Amino acid sequence: MSTQAPEQSSAEDAPVAMSARKRPSAWSRFWRAYGLAILFGVAMLVLWQLWIKVFHVPKYLLASPTGIIASLQKDWSKYLAPNLWPTLSEVLIGFAISVVAGVGLAIVLHLFTPLRRAVYPILIGSQTIPIVVLAPVLVILLGYGLLPKVVIVALICFFPIVVNGLDGLRLVDDDFIRMMRTLDASRWAIFRKVEFPGALPSIFSGMRVAATFAAIGAVFGEWAGSSQGLGYLIQASTPNLQTARIFAAILLLTLIAMALFGLVSLLERIFCPWVSRGGAL
Amino acid sequence: MGEQSIGLTDPGAPGSADDSVGIAFTGVRKAFGDVVALDGVTFQIERHSRIGIVGPSGGGKSTLLQLTAGLLEQDGGTINVEGETATLGRLSRCAMMPQRDLLLPWRTALENAMIAMENRGVAKKDARAKTRPFFEHFGLAKFEDVRPDQLSGGMRQRVSFLRTLMAEKDILLLDEPFGALDSITRGQMQEWLLRALGDVPRTVLLVTHDVDEALLLSRTVVVMSARPGRVVTVLDVGLETDGLSRREIVTSPEFIELKESALEAIE
Repeated sequence: MSTQAPEQSSAEDAPVAMSARKRPSAWSRFWRAYGLAILFGVAMLVLWQLWIKVFHVPKYLLASPTGIIASLQKDWSKYLAPNLWPTLSEVLIGFAISVVAGVGLAIVLHLFTPLRRAVYPILIGSQTIPIVVLAPVLVILLGYGLLPKVVIVALICFFPIVVNGLDGLRLVDDDFIRMMRTLDASRWAIFRKVEFPGALPSIFSGMRVAATFAAIGAVFGEWAGSSQGLGYLIQASTPNLQTARIFAAILLLTLIAMALFGLVSLLERIFCPWVSRGGAL
Repeated sequence: MGEQSIGLTDPGAPGSADDSVGIAFTGVRKAFGDVVALDGVTFQIERHSRIGIVGPSGGGKSTLLQLTAGLLEQDGGTINVEGETATLGRLSRCAMMPQRDLLLPWRTALENAMIAMENRGVAKKDARAKTRPFFEHFGLAKFEDVRPDQLSGGMRQRVSFLRTLMAEKDILLLDEPFGALDSITRGQMQEWLLRALGDVPRTVLLVTHDVDEALLLSRTVVVMSARPGRVVTVLDVGLETDGLSRREIVTSPEFIELKESALEAIE
């Protein structure tokens, strides 16, 4: 051993954020983050219910919260569940395709600058085409099955993922890249060890935005032509004035979107443990 | 020094016939658009010597380091780094330690320190095994598997310095290595680096705006002017530092005298 160790530990060496600081329990953190939102939501539901009671709103005009719950129980096995699975699979398959294609395209465009210059402006321009009007065209092209819906979901989700992914890859600090170059890193090593991990949080925020769009895409696709799915159920229930059933279907659609959003956030926590975020789902 | 030298393996003899020349700048000029950062910079650095470069900020000191490392190409003059004059050749000789520690937040301290070995194709397992012993020597024992956000500023800079060392390059370019630290930590780190560099048979080029830091850590101090940066004077330091604390060195009459002439040259 050297007698002249360059550094003895000092007060400055105290680890900054080891487990020393006591963290509040998971439950109290959850309550802090979402308590007010939950209270506000419940208050709105109560108001909604009272409104219908006090003003005697007919139930075919506006469903009440209790009416929606009743519909969920009554219509679950005959109407809701059979139509939930087709929509859920459209959303999940379309979303998965858009993640793979979106992240893949972002990487390719980032690594090949001339290609980015050629493709990126057209990609932005293509976003001015309303996807809604593409839905009937895709149904004509691809039929009434699962495929056109999956394509529409993927098209809607694709854009935010590509744009966020590209931004994340491009905005990596040049100092990191210079540092890596003096440490013998190849272009590929810089991408794999610096740019890609650095862009991951950005890719996940693109995925979160996409997650909220995915269910909308599925409904558009179903409205353009289908015989199943929650969008179809809403369409079919309208002439019969089954308002509570329509609301129940809408509730399930929002639950799909929220679950997908939660799944993306969970994946981000697993894959980006270094990102600290307070309270986000 | 003791047998636990942090010299690693000798990065190998330089390609040129003259082994004593580490780095030679001849009439180096660099402009960014209309702004001339450096003009007519000429000086030589002996192999395995320690040079401090001081001068006002914006005087092109960091540019000089990036030119040396081959991260930038000069507009005029030549830069000879152990016989290498092309940018890629220069890059292969130099490792740079930046002002900000630039540790990758998704890697543990150990994984950060060993990244240059990984880049050279050493298997992760071997790179780990080879890097781990240095943590104790650097006052980082038990922090090998901790992520950078759980380390203090001084510890992060030590990991950053270790990462630079593990590149096993003959030339270390230190760009304001402690510029981001508070003054107390800074003093501690200077003292630590003074001991650490004593073990290292490397050419060290230290850029700083802190005259004390340059005088303490280097054998020769090059004073540069404000933009366009040129060499104003070269001071031979040669202070006795063995067995002395930082406080004893920086308060000695010789040190004060050198500091006075350095500050005079900067003005």
